[in-house]
Amino acid sequence: MTNDNTLISVQDLKVYFRSGHECARAVDGISFEIRQEETVCLVGESGCGKTVSALSILGLIQTPPGEIAGGQIMFQGKNLLELDEEDMQKIRGNRIAMVFQEPLTSLNPVFTIEDQIGEAISIHKNIGSGELRDCCIKLLKDVGIPSPVQRLKDYPHQLSGGQRQRVMIAMALACDPDLIIADEPTTALDVTVQAQILQLLKSIQETRSMSILYITHDLGVVANIAHRVYVMYSGIVTEQGNAAQIFHHARHPYTQGLLASLPSRSKRGKRLFSIPGTVPNPAYKPAGCPFHPRCPHAIPICGKEYPKMCDYGQAHLARCPVLFKNSHNPDKPEPKSI
Amino acid sequence: MNKKEKGFNKNFQLETPLAPKRTRLQEFWRLFRQNRLAILGLFIFILFFCCAIVGLFMTSGPDPLLDPAMIRLQEKLRPPLAKPNLDSLRREEIPYLGFYLMGTDDLGRDVFARMLQGAWVSLTVGFVAVGISVLIGIFMGGIAGYFGQHHIRVDHVLVTLVLISGAALVTANFIRSGAALLCLTPAYIFYFIWSQNRSGKKTLPLWAKVFRKNAVSIDTLIMRIVDIMLCFPSFFLILTVVALLPASIYNIMIVIGLTSWMGATRFVRAEFLSLREQDFVAAVKTLGAGNFRIIFRHMMPNAMAPVLVSATIGIATAILTEAGLSFLGFGVPPPHATWGNILSDGKNFIFDAPWLTFIPGIAILIVVLSFNLFGEGLRDVLNPKLRERH
Repeated sequence: MTNDNTLISVQDLKVYFRSGHECARAVDGISFEIRQEETVCLVGESGCGKTVSALSILGLIQTPPGEIAGGQIMFQGKNLLELDEEDMQKIRGNRIAMVFQEPLTSLNPVFTIEDQIGEAISIHKNIGSGELRDCCIKLLKDVGIPSPVQRLKDYPHQLSGGQRQRVMIAMALACDPDLIIADEPTTALDVTVQAQILQLLKSIQETRSMSILYITHDLGVVANIAHRVYVMYSGIVTEQGNAAQIFHHARHPYTQGLLASLPSRSKRGKRLFSIPGTVPNPAYKPAGCPFHPRCPHAIPICGKEYPKMCDYGQAHLARCPVLFKNSHNPDKPEPKSI
Repeated sequence: MNKKEKGFNKNFQLETPLAPKRTRLQEFWRLFRQNRLAILGLFIFILFFCCAIVGLFMTSGPDPLLDPAMIRLQEKLRPPLAKPNLDSLRREEIPYLGFYLMGTDDLGRDVFARMLQGAWVSLTVGFVAVGISVLIGIFMGGIAGYFGQHHIRVDHVLVTLVLISGAALVTANFIRSGAALLCLTPAYIFYFIWSQNRSGKKTLPLWAKVFRKNAVSIDTLIMRIVDIMLCFPSFFLILTVVALLPASIYNIMIVIGLTSWMGATRFVRAEFLSLREQDFVAAVKTLGAGNFRIIFRHMMPNAMAPVLVSATIGIATAILTEAGLSFLGFGVPPPHATWGNILSDGKNFIFDAPWLTFIPGIAILIVVLSFNLFGEGLRDVLNPKLRERH
């Protein structure tokens, strides 16, 4: 699994939230890796653990009620779960930065843009005020904010949503991190601005050669920017592969269902497909495959046995042995579990 | 990317916004100006401030222009604007203005000079007492709001009790037993670190388990202390404390400050509880900021608005409390004039010399009213929900 150019690899991460007698298994053993200069998308519906996995990379899960129950996150040779708070503060923003979902509320309303971007730099670097100002101007230019010198003295409420998200990206870029975690950065924006922000992220990734972990539930966005995709459902990874594999040869019934529910030209005039049922409550997950109550291909064994990852070759894995057996040729090897 | 996106006009997004640029201060002033009463309050507040400072320079020093302590028995109880009888006075006894602007009291002292001296007392009492209470309030409220869900363990409570009783014994001259108690604390800390290093290998004894139970959350502890403090009738608490302590203006400031921090604590805690969940705090955390920076640089400025408003109104309350204390004779000691003790001296002559009660009374009324009006105007501007009601 691990290549030389792996930047961060998450192995068997488990994050539980306890409240009273219940234990919500928000993330239940996920593994993924991000290589250098790669855009990886985590896809899944609301509540499947995407954001929790991202926050646990940064060590921002509140304990209690949260609890990292197992696994490791290897980043540049260090296990981030074992670092203490002080070392984590040196990594946050400096090596791994995050862009949030709501640009409207993610900026402090009482400080100017210059203060906030400048602070992002000065937390980690010790540089003079004049140089700091130049850095801010350069960052604002990089993220495509018009007339950056005038904008420096603006407060967040004076900017539009798209501009604020650009400022957030500028803050994330401030220390030239190796990895940017973008947690649904375009959900609060309208479609034209969304396209611009995606374009911006793409160009930043190319020019600065950094990796992006992009969290979204929008398959259109995934098709647009992803190199590789991890589909999550109820705290586990159900399918992983590159964008072409996921979109053209989906091997997991959940991914197939998601793709079938996208509107497209061929379905014009027809009723859109939707996956029946809802996501299971993370505190009371069904035994076996978490997707089996909603799955059209479910057979009795799905409710008993936890599904194994099945290898379709070329790094395309799906967690559905039933479909794998159906498509299985006698000359191929037996399902390899990982 | 499809063709449409490639062709989009790049100059379009470079257009600058059309809305006029206003700084926060300009915006604040524009809203504040609409409230006439608040402007009046601010004006009187500035006037009072200037009077108090000018008054300080005119009434203090070895040879003051207006001596509030100059006794002229032959000129007692002269009405306001009365000319002094120049024949009976020595040269240095003639008032600087040439007449008694606010009359004289029963000892022939110039009430105008005494009022100026009292203005400085009121001003400093108001500001210092509120400053103390706001500082305590921000500190306690900040801890309760930000670290509130952390717990205090049983051993924390016990160690604190042991330390306090040890220190008390040492100060009460039982040096040996006190020192023994004080030495218990480092011994326990050593034991704690030692047992932590080998934790997991062996189960702890029962007493150690009891010691590590969470006793109470920090939030509960601080807010219950606030509730207890609010139960005291604070004016009588102040009376008791002032009766025990030597009478001085500084003691009064400190005592008023120490009995009025509960409101600020509640405000700051409430603000922090809501701010802590805001996205920008999480965003700053992901930038690698520490707790100190988050609390003081990012959350505090956002939480200041209600504190500022309550402080403004608190100044009025502190001035009133000080005047009340001086009126009862528990305040600033007599040769020094305050508005409260001018009022109290004047009440014996209320029919012969009504100006002795009316002048300080009206001064207190105007100043307290102006602070309240200013504070309410401030609240309307800082809290957008209360705007547009008038």
